[in-house]
Amino acid sequence: MFRQASRLLARTTTPWRRSRAFSSDVPATPAQDSSFIESWSKVIPNLDPPKTPSSFMTPRPATPSAIPSKLTVNFVLPYASELSAKEVDMVIVPATTGQMGVLPGHVPTIAELKPGILSVHEGNDVTKYFLSSGFALIHANSVADIIAVEAVPVDRLDPALVQKGLADFTQKLGSATTDLEKAEAQIGVDVHSAMNSAITG
Amino acid sequence: MASNAAVPFWRAAGMTYITYSNICANLVRNCLKEPYKTEALSREKVHFSISKWTDGKPEKPTIRSDSPEE
Repeated sequence: MFRQASRLLARTTTPWRRSRAFSSDVPATPAQDSSFIESWSKVIPNLDPPKTPSSFMTPRPATPSAIPSKLTVNFVLPYASELSAKEVDMVIVPATTGQMGVLPGHVPTIAELKPGILSVHEGNDVTKYFLSSGFALIHANSVADIIAVEAVPVDRLDPALVQKGLADFTQKLGSATTDLEKAEAQIGVDVHSAMNSAITG
Repeated sequence: MASNAAVPFWRAAGMTYITYSNICANLVRNCLKEPYKTEALSREKVHFSISKWTDGKPEKPTIRSDSPEE
C-alpha cells in the first residue's frame, strides 16, 4: 500500500498545472524529424537516415519563459532581405489601426500595414523606412517578421513628385465615376499623403 | 450571415489585396529620386512570351513585356 503512496501523492499535485497548452505557445521546432528517424531505423537499421527538409531549416526558437531583452526582427521585401534576425529594442510599425510599437514580449499579433513609416530603434539609433503596404507578424518568442512589397529610406522620396502625385490623385478622386476608379484614386491620395507626412514629419 | 465586418474601401470596390498592394508599391516607386527610381523600375520589368494552343499544338509565341518598344 505504501508503494503506491508516492504515486498518489504525485497525482494530487498535478491539478494546478494547465492540462492543455495555450494555442499561442509554440514549441521549438526540432532540427530533425524524430518519428521519421524512428520508423527508418526499425525498417533499415544499417543505413543512416536521409536528411529531411526540416533538418535543413534553422529551427524556430522556443518561447522563452522569461521575457527576452531584445526583439529579433526579420524585415523582408520580395527582392531583398533588409534585416535578417537583427536584435533591436523596439520597432514601430504602421498598422491599419495606427502606429503600433512592438517591444520584446509583445503578444502574438498579425497586423496588416498601411503605407507609412517603419522605425527600428536600437539603442540610440533610429532607422526609418517608408513601407508601401504589407504585414507584420509578431510571434510569442519575440520574433517579429515584417514583410512589405516596397520599402525605401525616407530620404529617397522626391518631394516634388509626391506633391504632384497628391494633386493629380485628389483631382482624379473628384472626377471619378465608377467604384473602381474611386478606389484607385483614393488609394493614390492615401499613399501620397502618407509619403508627404513621412517627408515633412 | 450578413457581412457586418467593416471591409476596406478597395475590397468593397471589388479589388483584391494583391492588386491594392501592387498599386501602392507602384505609386511609391514612381515617387523615388532619380538613381533609385530607374533601378526600381528596371527591377520590376516583366518580360514573357505567350503561346496559345489550338488542337493540341502550340501556335507561334508572342513576346509581351511592360515597355511597348520591345
